[in-house]
Amino acid sequence: MTAVAVAPAERPAPREQYPIALAAVLVTVAMLFTAFTSALVIRRTGADWVRIPLPPMVWANTVVLILSSLALERARAAAKGDATSRIADWLGVTAALGVLFLVGQLVAWRQLVGQGILLRTGPHPAFFYMLSAVHGAHVLGGLGALGWTGRRARAGAYGAAQHDGLTHTAVYWHFVGVVWLWLLAVLSTL
Amino acid sequence: MSATAEHAQPGFWRHYVFSTDHKMIGKQYILTAVVMALFATTWSVLLRLHLAWPQAQWPLLGKLFPGLFQDGVLLPERYLSLVTMHGTVMIFFVISISLVSGFGNFVIPLQIGARDMAYPFLNMLSYWTIVPACLIMLASFFAPEGAAGSGWTAYPPLSALPDAAPGSGLGQTLWLFAMALFIASFTMGGLNFVTTILNLRTRGMSMFRMPLTVWTMFIASILGILAFPALTAAAIMLLLDRLGSTSFFLPSGLVMGGTVLPHQGGTPLLFQHLFWFLGHPEVYVLVLPAIGIAFDVVAAHGRRPVFGYRTSVWALVVVAVLSMIVWGHHMFVSGMSPYVGEYFSIATVSITGPFAVLALNLVASLWRAEIRLTSAMMFALAIVAAVGIGGVGGIFLATATSDQYLHNSYFVVGHFHLMIAVVTFFAIFAGIYHWFPKMFGRRMNETLGKAHFWLTVPTTIAGFVTMHFLGMAGEQRHLYDPSAYKFLEPVQWLNVLISILLFIPGAAQFLFLWNFFHSMVAGERVGPNPWQATTLEWTTESPAPHLNWGAELPVAYRGPYDYRLNGAPDGYEPQAAAPSAAALVTS
Repeated sequence: MTAVAVAPAERPAPREQYPIALAAVLVTVAMLFTAFTSALVIRRTGADWVRIPLPPMVWANTVVLILSSLALERARAAAKGDATSRIADWLGVTAALGVLFLVGQLVAWRQLVGQGILLRTGPHPAFFYMLSAVHGAHVLGGLGALGWTGRRARAGAYGAAQHDGLTHTAVYWHFVGVVWLWLLAVLSTL
Repeated sequence: MSATAEHAQPGFWRHYVFSTDHKMIGKQYILTAVVMALFATTWSVLLRLHLAWPQAQWPLLGKLFPGLFQDGVLLPERYLSLVTMHGTVMIFFVISISLVSGFGNFVIPLQIGARDMAYPFLNMLSYWTIVPACLIMLASFFAPEGAAGSGWTAYPPLSALPDAAPGSGLGQTLWLFAMALFIASFTMGGLNFVTTILNLRTRGMSMFRMPLTVWTMFIASILGILAFPALTAAAIMLLLDRLGSTSFFLPSGLVMGGTVLPHQGGTPLLFQHLFWFLGHPEVYVLVLPAIGIAFDVVAAHGRRPVFGYRTSVWALVVVAVLSMIVWGHHMFVSGMSPYVGEYFSIATVSITGPFAVLALNLVASLWRAEIRLTSAMMFALAIVAAVGIGGVGGIFLATATSDQYLHNSYFVVGHFHLMIAVVTFFAIFAGIYHWFPKMFGRRMNETLGKAHFWLTVPTTIAGFVTMHFLGMAGEQRHLYDPSAYKFLEPVQWLNVLISILLFIPGAAQFLFLWNFFHSMVAGERVGPNPWQATTLEWTTESPAPHLNWGAELPVAYRGPYDYRLNGAPDGYEPQAAAPSAAALVTS
C-alpha cells in the first residue's frame, strides 16, 4: 500500500471552511422557512382561514428556548474566560433546555388535540402543526451539534484561544431560536 | 515544503464502494446516472413507439412489460406513469447527478488544485443518499396501482389525492420520498462544492483564475441551495395533503366517485408557484455547467483563449440572478394577473441578453482557432448549436401572448428537450470524452466517438425541432392517443418521423457505452496531458492518483486559458508553469 505525503500547510483549514459551510446551511434553512411563510401568506387569503389561539404552552416554550440561548452564551463566555471546566456544564444546561422546549412543544400539541383541533381541522392549525414539527426537526439537529460540541468541550478542545466550534454551534442554535420567534410572530398575527 | 503528514491509500471497500475520494464519488455518480439513463431511455422508446403508431399492437413488448401493456397496447394510465418517470428520472437522476454531482465532484478539486472536497465524509453520504433515492424512485413501478403519473411537476390535485388516478397512490408517495432524498443529497453536495471552491483553492488560484467549469458549478450550487428548499416545503405540504387530510393545495368542491371530498380552501396554484420557484432555476443548475464544460473543451481543443472570460463570468452571474425571478412564465395559463404576466415575460426575455453574451463568447472563441476536431470538441460545438436553436423557441414561450397558444403543446416538449436534455447530454458526452483520460488513464476510441457524434447530434436536434411543428399544429403534451383527434391526423406523420429520428440516437448510445467500458480496459494509454491543456488537472498523472498530486500542490500562476502564446513551448502555457526569469523581467 502506497502513501502520499502531504505538507501540513496544504491540508484543509477547518477554521476557515466551517463558517462557509455554516452560512450555506443557514441560507438553506432560511429559504425553507421563507417558502413556508410565503405559502402561509397566500393560503391565508382563503375564505376558510380562521386563526386559532395558540396554546399557552408555546409562550412558555419560547421563554425556555430564549433561556437556552442565554445558557449557550454563558458557555461561550466561559470559553473566552478560559474557565474550561464550566463550558460543558453550560452546554449541558443548553441541551437540557432544548429538550425541555421539544417536550413543551409536544405538550402544546396535546393541548390543541384536547381542544379537538387537529391537523385537518383548518389551514391555520395545519400550518401550526407542520411548522412546529419542521422547526422541531431543526432543534433536534441543534441538539446533535450540542452533543458533539459538549464532547469536544469535555476533551478540553475549547479555551480563550480557540473556541470556533462552540461559536459555530451557538450561531446555529441562536438562528433556530430566531426562526422560532419568526414563526411565532407569523402564526400569532396572520 | 516539508512533508510530515501521510495519508494511506484506502482498501477495496473504502476505495471502490464507501469511498471518500472525490474522483471515485464522481465516477460513482456518473455510473449510477448511466444505469438510470438505461431505464429512462427504455421508457421513452415505449412512449415514442406508442405515439408514432398508437393503434399498433406489440405482443413482444407486452410479454416483456406485462404490467404496462394489455393485448400488446400500452395502457393509458401506464403511458402517464412512463411520461412522469421518464421526466423525473432524466432531470434529477440522470442529468443532475451526472453533470453536476458527477463532473462537479471529479473536476472541481482537480481544477482548483485541492486534494479533495472540503467534507469528504459528507460527500460520501451525499452519494449514498442518492442510491436509496434511485431505488425508491424505481420501486414506484412496483406499487399495486402503478408508478407516479402526475407528471414530473407533480401538480395537485392529481398528486395530492391518493385515489385520483392509478398512479396517484403508493407510486406517488414513493416518488415524493425519493425526491426528498434527492434534495437532501443535492443540498449536501452543493454545500460541499461551495465550501470547497471558496476555501480550498491552491495558491495563486484567485476566483478569476478559475476555469469556467468551476465557475458554473459554483453558481449552480448556489442556485440549488437557494431554490431547492421551496420544493422541500412544497413536498412536505403535499405529503400532508395526501396523508394528513390537510388542504394546503386542495380546493373545495372536488368530487371523486360521486362523493364530495372534505378538502376546502386550498389552492393548486400555490404548489405551482413553489414548484417553479425551484423548477426554473433547476434548468440553469443543469444548463450552466453544460456551458462551462463547453468553454473548457472549446478552449483546449480550439487552442485559443476563451473570448471574454470576465464578461462570461458576469453573464453567468446575471443569468443566475434572473433565473430566480422568472418562474411565473411556466404559469401564464394557470391564472395570473396580466400585469404579473407582463413582468414575468419581460424578466424572462431579458435572460436572452446575458445568455447571448455566453453563446457569442463561445462562438467568438472559435475565431481563428486551430480547431482539433476531437469527439469532445465536436460535442462541445454541438452544445453551441443546440443552445442557439433551443433558445429561439424559448423567446416564444417567454412571451405571454404566444405562450397562451403554445403552452402544454409539443412546442414546449421540443423546447425543453433541446435546452435541458440535448444541451446537457452533449455536455456530458463532451465532458466524458475530454476528461476520460484523467479518469482512467486511457483515451476513448476517436473513430467510435465520431460515429457516436454523427449518429446522435443531427438526428436528436432534428427530432426535437420537429416537435415544435407538432406543437404549432396543436398537439398537446401528455396526449395518450393523437389518432383520437381528427385535426391531428394530417400531422401524425410527424410523430412517426420524430420517433424514427430519435430511435437512431437512442441506439447509438450503445456504441458510446461500448466505447466507454471497452476503453476503460483497452483504450490507448495516455500521459498526464494528452490534450496539451492548460488547467491544473492536466499537471498530475492520468488517472489522477489518490490525493491528486504528490507532496506538493500545483500553484496557479496565470489564468486558465493561456493558449496560442508564441514564445511558449508548444504554444501554450499551463496554469501551473512558473514564469521564466526572462518573462518576469519583461513584465
